[in-house]
Amino acid sequence: MKLAYWMYAGPAHIGTLRVASSFKNVHAIMHAPLGDDYMNVMRSMLERERDFTAATASIVDRHVLARGSQKRVMDNILRKDQEERPDLIILTPTCTSSILQEDLANFVERASLISNSSVIFADVDHYQVNENQAADRTLEQVVRYYLDRSHTQEALDQFVTNVPSVNIIGIFTLGFHNQHDCRELRRLLRDLDIGINQIIPEGGAVEDLKDLPKAWLNLIPYREVGLMTAMYLNKEYAMPYISTTPMGAVDIAECIRQIHKKIDTLASGSSNKRVDCEAFIDAQTRFVSQAAWFSRSIDCQNLTGKKTVVFGDATHAASITKILAREMGIHVSCAGTFCKHDAEWFKEQIQGFCDEILITDDHAEVGDMIARAEPSAIFGTQMERHIGKRLDIPCGVISAPVHIQNFTLGYRPFLGYEGTNQIADLVYNSFALGMEEHLLDIFGGHDTKEIMDKSLFTNIGLIWNPESRLELSKIPRFVREKVEKNTEKFAQQKGIKTITVEVMYAAKEAFGT
Amino acid sequence: MSVKIDETLTVECETGNYHTFCPISCVSWLYQKIEDSFFLVVGTKTCGYFLQNALGVMIFAEPRYAMAELEEGDISAQLNDYEGLKRLCIRIRRDRDPSVIIWIGTCTTEIIKMDLEGMAPKLEWEIGIPILVARANGLDYAFTQGEDTVLAAMAHRCPEPEFSLRERKEMKQKVLAFPSREKEKLHEYANHPSLVLFGSLPSNVVSQLNLELRRQSIKVSGWLPAQRYTDLPSLGDGVYVCGVNPFLSRTATTLIRREKCELIGAPFPIGPDGTRAWIEKICSVFGVETRGLEEREEQIWESLKDYLNLVRGKSVFFMGDNLLEVSLARFLIRCGMIVYEIGIPYMDKRYQAAELALLRDTCTRMCVPIPRIVEKPDNSNQIRRLRELRPDLAITGMAHANPLEARGISTKWSVEFTFAQIHGSANARDLLELVTRPLRRQRNLEHFGQNTLVRKNNKIEMTLYTES
Repeated sequence: MKLAYWMYAGPAHIGTLRVASSFKNVHAIMHAPLGDDYMNVMRSMLERERDFTAATASIVDRHVLARGSQKRVMDNILRKDQEERPDLIILTPTCTSSILQEDLANFVERASLISNSSVIFADVDHYQVNENQAADRTLEQVVRYYLDRSHTQEALDQFVTNVPSVNIIGIFTLGFHNQHDCRELRRLLRDLDIGINQIIPEGGAVEDLKDLPKAWLNLIPYREVGLMTAMYLNKEYAMPYISTTPMGAVDIAECIRQIHKKIDTLASGSSNKRVDCEAFIDAQTRFVSQAAWFSRSIDCQNLTGKKTVVFGDATHAASITKILAREMGIHVSCAGTFCKHDAEWFKEQIQGFCDEILITDDHAEVGDMIARAEPSAIFGTQMERHIGKRLDIPCGVISAPVHIQNFTLGYRPFLGYEGTNQIADLVYNSFALGMEEHLLDIFGGHDTKEIMDKSLFTNIGLIWNPESRLELSKIPRFVREKVEKNTEKFAQQKGIKTITVEVMYAAKEAFGT
Repeated sequence: MSVKIDETLTVECETGNYHTFCPISCVSWLYQKIEDSFFLVVGTKTCGYFLQNALGVMIFAEPRYAMAELEEGDISAQLNDYEGLKRLCIRIRRDRDPSVIIWIGTCTTEIIKMDLEGMAPKLEWEIGIPILVARANGLDYAFTQGEDTVLAAMAHRCPEPEFSLRERKEMKQKVLAFPSREKEKLHEYANHPSLVLFGSLPSNVVSQLNLELRRQSIKVSGWLPAQRYTDLPSLGDGVYVCGVNPFLSRTATTLIRREKCELIGAPFPIGPDGTRAWIEKICSVFGVETRGLEEREEQIWESLKDYLNLVRGKSVFFMGDNLLEVSLARFLIRCGMIVYEIGIPYMDKRYQAAELALLRDTCTRMCVPIPRIVEKPDNSNQIRRLRELRPDLAITGMAHANPLEARGISTKWSVEFTFAQIHGSANARDLLELVTRPLRRQRNLEHFGQNTLVRKNNKIEMTLYTES
């Protein structure tokens, strides 16, 4: 038992639901008590999703505890099957069903015999894995299911595409800037004259998964979700994969070179004319992306040696640390991640780019570290943004968990060459704001004249009695002044000299505020 | 399945596959209401994740609530629950020094049968802070019913009426000390038994309702909950109680059975009509003649005219998730709206009897049929009905709001009614402000075109929403 106020990664079933609802025409049924379908709200609110999220709950209530959930789970599966005719139904366990220990896998087996849809049971344990790990597993499970099925039906067409092509694995709903990153990756691959075979799970159709092996290789932009699938495809279908995140000019170049190398080995003999990758990287880095020039510009000189702290998921925290240190010359005091299961990789990546490494999922520990390091700017999650607010340190948000303002309508990729521009803006704006604040502090603010806050209606012989004064103080600050003014105006009109609580509310009714 | 209340009012029951908030969300408003409390939710990551997301920014303001997050060892009873909770509660006492710690039991503590009620008194004695237990879990309850479980637990801790006798004596002494003003105040009230109101409301709304009753010379002796745990009202034989919210049926039952209070069954003070009926019922129980209530109600309606013009003749559909639905529907019908369906998670026909009667009378008065009331609704059936009925406004949870808007159905999040100030005559305007906001927005966007913004070739949508 531990005391917790905040967590960086959500519970396992959220990961499963995110993968399921990213695929087209896949329905997730949660085995959960009332109120656990919160993912629907997040998807509808954060992603501003126009469609109903294809995730419902098979409610666990007292009756279920007494009688077992078999009948209800089966009914719900078959009902969804008939009503919406999904390609796949994923029965998703939650923390509650983990403890009930019913044989849900068995229900699924029986339901799949009668239903038209395929039905699988998400193989995730609430107490073993978190949101990201569960998403990774679920994606692999779905892919494996469809490839195995095609294999047994001997429907698997293993011939690769004529022109070089890749699968992009790991783009999905509620992911940090995933939609924009996906668009940027498409652009990058098009420029390199490389085709895209499939993008999963976002917008993918499960019936098409059997064609995944047609791609020449797999690209895994984020470490958190997709690696398991890539490893499985590598093992079973000998598909190579690239897991270098194309974030920041250096790593984008590295990623492109790896892709090229793989494709060149596979394409040996074919006379396809390939894009000259070194020339492409050079042109993009020097002229298309503004970030390299920005690092050389006089603006960025002012950032030299400024202290920062970085915290986030493994992918983003590692990439941003490297960008700050080697592409912008900024001093990273401490870099950290909450992806404890991937700590080794993280440490290896940022070795030499920061003074200190922090692996924790306790936000208080992160807060203490920031307070100790006293950086000029923080790059972290929404939690770090709030820690920054409290300590008066500016913060750029670079990783989930995030709020609605991080689901921007405008184009804000973190990956690819446009991503480098976005990151440079984010970094520069955080610092510039910090500097401005600092100057204001030194010179005592913009406006040193005495602040005029005398309202128009005071000092006209009205007396607020103690109760009404107290009542007024309870009204939220942003409307208090308006209430005060209206009440006094009302009292004047009525010729009232002493303002009581009654007068206050009579005024409210009269003015409708 | 449907149950008849009387000849005209029936309550249907569906599958219970609907979206609502988990009842542990009650900590978000209760910790703010009860200033010296600390809420400890004993549950899993799932509960924590919900609270973290549902409470949004509040989480960063060092709230007086926390999760006691159960780990695998707790579930398999390898760890000692009592020692675990003791460790956490001692830490809370050290860091926050609350006057009461409220343990919120969850689905997990129910299923593993953690004996919170058994441990609380022992630990309370050991650490010297009152510990209350409320089982606000999703196995049994929906959303606002969480508050009901907390208040029912709190009712047991209210002091005996003897205490209030002593208090009254003290008050008399005070009156002697300041004879001129205080005495006058005492005579303002009619001679009636002690009245305690239950339901958690913001302190401004508490003052407003107290004031409404004071106008009728009724004195409110206290509220459950009070602003501070240490100020809980005296309860007992001969004390009259009245609810201000429709979801407090357990609290009402506890007050009647355990605390021996008399329950005044009244409609709820939502909207000017509800407020008037609520006051009238309280006055009639105490034999106090009401003064100027009718004029006051008329006056309020008069001041709402601009909003009423907007809503008149418009139709509304309640999907149901917070139990305020019947009262809100009754008010909106009186405003001239047509209600197609009242979805509601749970209907206590005894506790809501007066409200249901007022609904029936309002329908008769406004010459509209009584809407169907659907308990434990089924969201997918409801979406089908919404498609057929195409109401002007759907009052719904956040999970459905954006998808419905994209299909050209205006929505209002039901959650806002839980957090906004909607009680008493003075807040009727705020209530209509909420209801009309989507309608006004739509009017403002009239010339922008495109009401439906979904692709037609989406397979799922074809089955749910075929445009006619």
